[in-house]
Amino acid sequence: MVVQGQMVQLSQDIRDEGAPAFQVRDLSFFYGKEQVLKGITLDIPKRKVTAIMGPSGCGKSTFLRVLNRLYEIVPGARATGEVWFDGRNILDPRVDVVGLRRRIGMVFQKPNPFPKSVFDNVAYGPRIHGVRRRELKAIVERALRQAALWDEVKDKLHKSAFDLSGGQQQRLCIARALATSPEVLLMDEPTSALDPAATARIEGLVRTLKEDFTVVIVTHNLQQAARVSDHTAFLLLGELVEYAPTEELFTRPKDPRTEAYLAGRFS
Amino acid sequence: MARAAERLVKALTWGCATLSLFGLGLITLFLFREAIPFFRHISPFSFLGGTAWYPTQEPPSFGILPMLAGSGLVTAGALALAVPFGVAVALFVGEVLPRGLRDPFKVAVEILAGIPSVVYGFFGLVVLGPWLQGRLGLPTGQTALTASLLLGVMALPTVASVAEDAVSAVPDSLREASLALGATHWQTMWRVVVPAARSGMFAGVFLGMGRAIGETMTVLMVSGNSPVWPPSLLSPVRTLTATIALEMAEAPVGGLHYRALFAVGAILFLFTLLLNVVGDLVAQHVGGKR
Repeated sequence: MVVQGQMVQLSQDIRDEGAPAFQVRDLSFFYGKEQVLKGITLDIPKRKVTAIMGPSGCGKSTFLRVLNRLYEIVPGARATGEVWFDGRNILDPRVDVVGLRRRIGMVFQKPNPFPKSVFDNVAYGPRIHGVRRRELKAIVERALRQAALWDEVKDKLHKSAFDLSGGQQQRLCIARALATSPEVLLMDEPTSALDPAATARIEGLVRTLKEDFTVVIVTHNLQQAARVSDHTAFLLLGELVEYAPTEELFTRPKDPRTEAYLAGRFS
Repeated sequence: MARAAERLVKALTWGCATLSLFGLGLITLFLFREAIPFFRHISPFSFLGGTAWYPTQEPPSFGILPMLAGSGLVTAGALALAVPFGVAVALFVGEVLPRGLRDPFKVAVEILAGIPSVVYGFFGLVVLGPWLQGRLGLPTGQTALTASLLLGVMALPTVASVAEDAVSAVPDSLREASLALGATHWQTMWRVVVPAARSGMFAGVFLGMGRAIGETMTVLMVSGNSPVWPPSLLSPVRTLTATIALEMAEAPVGGLHYRALFAVGAILFLFTLLLNVVGDLVAQHVGGKR
C-alpha cells in the first residue's frame, strides 16, 4: 500500500480508531478530460458517520460513487489512485463489483423506489443475490425496522411504494439498501428532496445506523454535517481541503478556505 | 403589424385543425351512413357469424367469419414475429447500445416503416412466397404465413419505436438503484426496466396490431385471397381489408354488396379505433405513473 507522504493530514484521532473501512490513496477522477477529483487521500473509519461536505460541483457525489464503483456506468469516467476496502484495492478492474455493491449499500438524492410493492422493493437485493423465499420475510422486516419504517408500513407491505410519502420513500430506499446486510451505507444528499420533518427523521436514523454500519454521507448542508457526522471532509473544486473530526473542523478549521466556507462565502 | 400576423397564424392553425377534424368526422359519418342500411337486410349475427361469402350469387350470402378469421390469423402471425423482435430491438437500443449509436440505429429501424407496402407485397410475391412454397412443399406460396411474415416486419418499427420510448422513459435513477444493490446489467434490465416499461410496451403492441390489421396492399398481394375458413397458417386466406379492395370496383353503387363492403369497413374502423384508443390509454398510463 502506498501512502503519499504529503497528503497524510489525518488527525491522530482518526487513526486511533482501528482499521478504517476505506483507505483512499491519491484518488483522482476524470470525466473525459475534465478532472473532478484531485489526489484525494483519506481514511474513512468503521462504524462512524463521515460527512463529505462542499459546494455544488466540488466532486463529492463523484467521490461517493467511486466507493461502490457506480461511476463506471458513465462512459468516459476514469479513476486513478487506490481505494482499499477490506484488504483489496476496489479500483482494480478484477474486483467483483456485484459482491462489492452487496457489501456497500447506497441511498440517492431523490427517493427512487422501484415501481413495485413495499415488500418487493426491500426484497429486491436479497432476491438477486439468491436468498430463499422463506427467508425473505424476516429479512424484509429486519431491514424495515432498521430503517425505522416497519411500524408505518407493516400493514401495507403489498401496496405500491409510490403510495408512501417522500420521507417514507427515502426510508424505504434505506431499508432496501440495508436488506443485503451491507457493512457500509453511502448516502448522497439523502435529504435534499425532503421537508424539514422528514429530514430530521432521516438524520436521527443516520445517528443510530452507525452502531452497525459505516456511514458516508454527502451533503452540501453544513448544519447537517455538523448534526450527524463524527468526521467531516471538506472538498473544494475536487481537492480535499481539510479532513478532521467534525467538531474540530467546525470550531477550529485549519485551512482559510474551510473557514471561508463555514462563514458562508462559497456555495 | 406583429399582432395582426399573430392573429392570422392563430386563425390559420385553428382553421386547419378544425378542418381536419371535420374531414375525419365526415368520413366516419359517410362510412356508417353507407353501412348501417345493410343491417336492415342482413342481421349483424349472420353477417359476423356467417361462414359463406357469396356476394354476387342469388340469393347472396354475406358471412364475414372467414375473413375475420383471415385477418385474425394474419395479424396474430404478424404479432408473433413483431412483438418479440420489437421488444428485443427496443431493449437493445435503449439498454445495450452505447448512447451515441442509439439514434442512428433507431432511424434505421424506422426506415422499415417508410418502405411502401406495395414494395413489401412485391417482395412477398416474387421472393418470399415462392421460397416458402419450395421450402415447405406447398401448393401455393400465397398463404397466411407469407402475409404474416411481411406484416410482422411492417409492424416491427411501430412496436419497437413505441417500446423503445417506454424503455428510455424509465428514469436512470431506477437503474442506478438496482446496480448499486449489486444487480448485473441483465438483472436490472429484466427486473426493473422491463416491468417499469411494461405498459408502454403493451401500447406498442396495440398500435402494431392496429397497423397489421389495417394493412391492405401487402396482404392483398401475398395472401391468396380465398374467402374460406383457413384450415391452417399454410393455406391461402383473405382478410377484411383485401375483401374491400378486391370487390369494391365490381359492386354496383348503392347495392347490397356495396353496402356489405362498407359494413366490413365499419367493422375494421371499429377494430382499429379500439386498438388505438387502448394503445393510447395504456401509453398515457405509463406517463401518468411518475
